[in-house]
Amino acid sequence: MPGERVGLLVTCLVDLFRPSVGFAAVKLIEAAGFSVEVPMAQTCCGQPAYNSGDRKSAQAVARSVIEAFAAYDHVVVPSGSCAGMVKRHYPTLFDDDPVMQDAARRLADRTHELVSFLAQAPGTRIDARYDGVATYHDACSGLRELGVKDAPRRLLAGVAGLRLQEMASAETCCGFGGTFCVKYPAISDRMVSDKAADIEATGADTLLAGDMGCLLNMCGKLTRRGARVRVRHVAEVLAGMTDEPPLGQS
Amino acid sequence: MEATSRSFPANARRALADWGLQDALHTMARQGFAVKRAQAAARLPEFETLRGLAKDMKNEVLQNLDFYLETYERAVSAAGGVVHWCRDAAEARAAVLTICRTAGARIVTKGKSMIGEEIALNEHLEAAGFEPVETDLGEYIIQIRHEPPSHIVAPAVHLSKEQVAESFRATHRDLDPDRPLSEPRQMLDEARALLRRKFLAAEVGITGANFLIAETGSSIIVTNEGNGDLTQSLPRVHIVLASIEKVVPTLEDATLLLRLLARSATGQEFSTYTTVSTGPKRADDLDGPEEYHVILLDNGRSALLGGEMQDMLRCIRCAACLNHCPVYGAIGGHAYGWVYPGPMGAVLTPTLIGVGEAGHLPNASTFCGRCESVCPMQIPLPNLMRHWREREFDARLAPAAARYGIALWSFLALHPRLYRFVAEAAARVLGWCGMKRGRFRTLPLAAGWTNVRDMPAPQGRSFMSQWAKRR
Repeated sequence: MPGERVGLLVTCLVDLFRPSVGFAAVKLIEAAGFSVEVPMAQTCCGQPAYNSGDRKSAQAVARSVIEAFAAYDHVVVPSGSCAGMVKRHYPTLFDDDPVMQDAARRLADRTHELVSFLAQAPGTRIDARYDGVATYHDACSGLRELGVKDAPRRLLAGVAGLRLQEMASAETCCGFGGTFCVKYPAISDRMVSDKAADIEATGADTLLAGDMGCLLNMCGKLTRRGARVRVRHVAEVLAGMTDEPPLGQS
Repeated sequence: MEATSRSFPANARRALADWGLQDALHTMARQGFAVKRAQAAARLPEFETLRGLAKDMKNEVLQNLDFYLETYERAVSAAGGVVHWCRDAAEARAAVLTICRTAGARIVTKGKSMIGEEIALNEHLEAAGFEPVETDLGEYIIQIRHEPPSHIVAPAVHLSKEQVAESFRATHRDLDPDRPLSEPRQMLDEARALLRRKFLAAEVGITGANFLIAETGSSIIVTNEGNGDLTQSLPRVHIVLASIEKVVPTLEDATLLLRLLARSATGQEFSTYTTVSTGPKRADDLDGPEEYHVILLDNGRSALLGGEMQDMLRCIRCAACLNHCPVYGAIGGHAYGWVYPGPMGAVLTPTLIGVGEAGHLPNASTFCGRCESVCPMQIPLPNLMRHWREREFDARLAPAAARYGIALWSFLALHPRLYRFVAEAAARVLGWCGMKRGRFRTLPLAAGWTNVRDMPAPQGRSFMSQWAKRR
């Protein structure tokens, strides 16, 4: 409901690589009628440790996130992967600690991926213009853990001047996979090359997605191939904040 | 077979550079097991409901596995068959060899069986002087090429028809060397004529089992070629190779799984042949084997019961996870280095040959989750791979660089003030260095990334530092 307090989980990649996505998220959430706060105690959701098998560190980081965001009506995350970590995986991290598990569940229930949060918020108004043809990559965690599929397309339909051109395998993994992309670079290279070819085949001039990890990977491959595709997080376009150069451009 | 899972990264690089294999993988992607599965699932409104029922049924079986296996054994005995309980591959091979020797066998025909691959049965049959003959066309092709299967349902999917023709010419030397073999039909006819003679000459026939029925003591196999029927009904002795988790309580339970199996595997409503066999031929039966043996193999599976990997024992070997896996799709099955490839292999192989040997496999996944989303038995494959990663981490099997990297990262993540300082410093330095082009072609310590793709440059200030100034 409007007037409620939203805690923004910025995510480590937005914090380091693309703060403009964080500010776009703040603008969109405020425009929908919420007040936005950014707890300073946050760092990262814990996936690097969790997916590397370091369960203890993942639990410790999860505990600090749970504490940092305990006070908010909603927690909103501009990443399906990090939102999925909080919603689907935090509760299972505390199978042997009922008190923490309960706290993890309460946080999970109030946590939302940004675009799906906006899509179901009654106050959301998309007032943006973007002249171009965009194609949208369905990042895996958002798609399969949280069901983020229609929400970005529905909201993008409200952006003036933008036409969406779907790519061949929008739901196929781009080959990022966190540390996977550096542990198995040859396999990751094949996957992201196939993805880049699918993107280029659409003729779209813009690639959008809701996860910085996938965007960094796809953008890096597209620029290495010399492709002239502008790469942006979907929040930048929805907020009409596209003054900053696209990812990977100066 | 000798496992090469330890050299998975090198295997994968070789596979990526093998254009014949890449062609075959693209053909497979185009012919679309994945598309056919989606269509078959969409045609059956209760498909999702069946997945839930199948999971619950199999979970109940696994909770009472001892009961169902003993019930099954009693039913097999009552039908005149014999169950051989085998703890490991060596015991299973010994049991098979004893049966073959007692039967005075020379030729042993085989239906498709992943357990046969798991215990490397062909090598041992040959070493003992028997002639094993694979009768599934795909299995036959890889047998004459002395290769392991690259897929659990379509074992020769990595080959082109030209490669198969070449192998036929090299192996079937009694035939006219100039015969036409450019069409699949010609190769099919050649294999069929040859296999017919083997079917009739074999003294022992070995099949796998898709399901074992506790209530009736029956085994069920599904095939598309009918080779399983000829393998199990023509020879004097029929041996069923099955692992312990194949048992289900009743025929009705088996039909629940059959409704999911072919749809998930190939997009067929049902396999062409679904064959039930119960014991040897009875007094008034016209045909059938005189002896019926079941090799019931554990090989580490019972150790999974009650643990975090138990879910894996629900697997019905449909290969949907392989068909939908982008990593399998990039490198094929052989790179995984042992019998079971793809996501199911990444979970199962470390159980069977040890996580020291197979430690790469559960790491070679992006956790994209497509395998779990199509698994008919709702096995949480990414979670199970993560459990392996946890065991590797706890056993210090993960590379030192990765472990120290994670330790450093964790320390920072738990100290927000220090983290903010480091993030801001990194954003400024990288942002300044990358300002001109907006990206890096090379970066110190990041060759794994920049060897194959650029690294987009940060915008120059961290979000948190800008936010702190603004508010």
